[in-house]
Amino acid sequence: MATTAHVHAHAAPQGFIRKYIFSLDHKVIGLQYYFLALTAVFVGMFLSLLMRIHLIWPTAQLPLIGEIKPETYLSLLTMHGTIMVFFVLTTAPQGGFGNYFLPIQIGAPDMAFPVLNMLSFWTTFVAFLVLIAAFFVAGGAPLHGWTGYAPLSALSNSGPGEQLGADLWITSIALFCVASLMGALNFITTTLDLRAKGMTLMRLPLTVWAWFITAILGLLAFGVLLSAGILLLLDRNLGTSFYVPLVVVNGQLMGHKGGSPLLWQHLFWFFGHPEVYIAILPGMGVASQLLSTFSRKPIFGYRAMVYAIVAIGLLGFMVWGHHMFMSGMSPYSAFAFSLMTMSIGVPSAIKTFNWLGTLWGAKIRLHSPMLFAIGFVSLFVSGGLSGPFLAQPVLDIPLHDTYFVVGHFHLIMGVAAIFGIFGATYYWFPKMFGRMMDENLARIHFVITLVGTYAIFMPMHYLGMAGQTRRYSQFTEVAYQTKLLPLQTFMSYAAFITIGAQLIFLFNLFWSMWKGAKASDNPWEATTLEWTTATPPPHDNFGGLTPVVNHGPYEYNVPGVSKDYVMQTDPASAPAH
Amino acid sequence: MADVAVQHSVPAAYEPSLFGTYSKKIGMWLFLLSDSLTFGALLYAYSYGRISTPNWPTPFHSSSIMNATFMTAFLLTSSLTMVLAVRASVFGHMKAVRGWLLATMACGAAFVVLHGREWSHLISEGLTLPVFPAVPGAETSKEFADVTKTVPQFPATFFGLTAMHMLHVTLGVVYLGVVALRRTFVPILLGLWLVAWLATPAYSPFHYGAHVLLIAAVVVSIILWLKPKVYDSSDIEVAGLYWHFVDLVWMFIFPLVYLMSTRII
Repeated sequence: MATTAHVHAHAAPQGFIRKYIFSLDHKVIGLQYYFLALTAVFVGMFLSLLMRIHLIWPTAQLPLIGEIKPETYLSLLTMHGTIMVFFVLTTAPQGGFGNYFLPIQIGAPDMAFPVLNMLSFWTTFVAFLVLIAAFFVAGGAPLHGWTGYAPLSALSNSGPGEQLGADLWITSIALFCVASLMGALNFITTTLDLRAKGMTLMRLPLTVWAWFITAILGLLAFGVLLSAGILLLLDRNLGTSFYVPLVVVNGQLMGHKGGSPLLWQHLFWFFGHPEVYIAILPGMGVASQLLSTFSRKPIFGYRAMVYAIVAIGLLGFMVWGHHMFMSGMSPYSAFAFSLMTMSIGVPSAIKTFNWLGTLWGAKIRLHSPMLFAIGFVSLFVSGGLSGPFLAQPVLDIPLHDTYFVVGHFHLIMGVAAIFGIFGATYYWFPKMFGRMMDENLARIHFVITLVGTYAIFMPMHYLGMAGQTRRYSQFTEVAYQTKLLPLQTFMSYAAFITIGAQLIFLFNLFWSMWKGAKASDNPWEATTLEWTTATPPPHDNFGGLTPVVNHGPYEYNVPGVSKDYVMQTDPASAPAH
Repeated sequence: MADVAVQHSVPAAYEPSLFGTYSKKIGMWLFLLSDSLTFGALLYAYSYGRISTPNWPTPFHSSSIMNATFMTAFLLTSSLTMVLAVRASVFGHMKAVRGWLLATMACGAAFVVLHGREWSHLISEGLTLPVFPAVPGAETSKEFADVTKTVPQFPATFFGLTAMHMLHVTLGVVYLGVVALRRTFVPILLGLWLVAWLATPAYSPFHYGAHVLLIAAVVVSIILWLKPKVYDSSDIEVAGLYWHFVDLVWMFIFPLVYLMSTRII
């Protein structure tokens, strides 16, 4: 069948509502996602602030909030995790930057399905409101953790937050799944169908590859979580027993029987592990992009980078069992999961070595985006090295319920991905808003955040090896844990400072939007398509035309070319390599 | 800083699509891929429950199997009429398309009605979930009541899986209705909702389930307001993909839920 034209030439909208609220323009939707994630990250960070305060001053009377009760600590923990994983790490890099820059980087006028794009943002928005509502209903927010382990999550009398709050939590997650599915199939179709002439798969910027693979992971993973959530809702509200065995709560025999909590864990982690890569892959893409651009060198091993992303995506679906070594698992299964998990180290190492190879011998321009890209690599390595420990059942069993795991996933999945988001923000801000962010503030922000991050999360590894249990709300009553309190106190102070430093970023972001120095169309002298168009890009990205691509994405310092970079749209006569 | 020289071509010059087809079709295939994982998770949950339960009951009598066989026949026939609708659309016979689509919808609706009848029958016999209210004046069969009591996983997986599939068929009928009739279908949908809501007794799960149609009517109205376009043969084909998928899912659920739990064998 002949391919038909794919132009989605919806006219530039008039009026505030169609232009900024219910916009079909992928750039506006990208910004909507970005600001939703920005709101969410400050909510999530505030919750972690309360947790850090409670850990070192368990009986402190806080203004407005009062004393934080142990069960409230669990609610904070649950909501912090849920908000950060879903509404920040999934929303900002993919929904925000992916939406804004994927179509531009491949030379498309918009996403393949603009209406679907709008619907997926607004569904995400509603999901966020539903989640936040859980704080304000009777019983408060749920306390079953972001992983929602049954039977705690499946019984409404299992804890104070497990009444309406838990139902809202599941509803929010289900809505988020639907939104992510719509977004994912849109991203995939756009990448397959709307690449400009000459933008072959091996000329895609690595950011596009990362968003593309992330979308595939989302497409396959969120459908499973949706089912798991529906069954959990049935257990809670229709009295079924998918996840609940015969169980006694507060001396009262519940009406459930025959279900298996392990079923929830399997379904959840079949989603949950790919979700980790959904969070980190876009960061890897951004890091590759920035390292090449600011090293003024082609990315080392472009093809290897692409295959590594694909391999990580593929392996990501085969390792969910490593979250369940503690749950009771046949040693044979555990061995298989362990082996698969270890093998993810190979593509991850390929990426890391290629990043270092890109930096090797380069005349590096240390602008703020580049600082965050290097920070990303540093955090990815630091967090990644503890991965092989946890991948082995023998080591995972003593470490699993300790701070070691908290340190591990915060470094590699949390803060590394956040550094990707920061790097992307500093890098693309000029294109999005037409102005530069303040470089000095950005550097201060970077130094405090990097040092602060290590100060918070590195000690967690020691705490974990010393046996300090995670999810405990206070350590003051347990003798051997009390000895570790000074380190907890140090981490809390580091957290206060790091959280404070984020206000610098917030100030820089909004101040630069109106007062920053005017940006040119290509301030970083980068090669990809977004830098060929006006700043900010017009409604259909390229003024009614489609660029023709003649070059790969990372042609810096090509021999025989006078400039030190070759735009992807430069005439083909410029030598390719 | 740098001077930007962009070489632009005529509008809409793209790399050929990777699968040589149009975006809508790829989008639908991707949705179906994701939906098959959604159903896969449910079937996994079913298998998990079934394998981990000793003495899984096999209570279905020939009447249930006969009913389910008729349902299957309706669904298979609907796939045939759907194929004929797609074929007619290729030749541009839009009137025939509408006829075949309406036939497909009729088969789908017959499936849902038969399935609803089956549900009501089983519930009145005692195969039930804790939240379903008792059916007034029902003759509970000891066998089904025992199954509900001893293996609650049985009714849970039965109602959970078939409800999810029934929802897909219902939404499929709505989808085809919008493709066939567009705006005219919204009042029909509202009428169907009223009938389904008011004609079912308050103790029936369908009394509440009917509101799916109301929600669908609202969503359909929004979509028609956002994209008020005439549907062409590609839309018929894409709708057909969805319909065949729903049919295919039943081909897994029918043997797993019914045939493997029947008394006849």
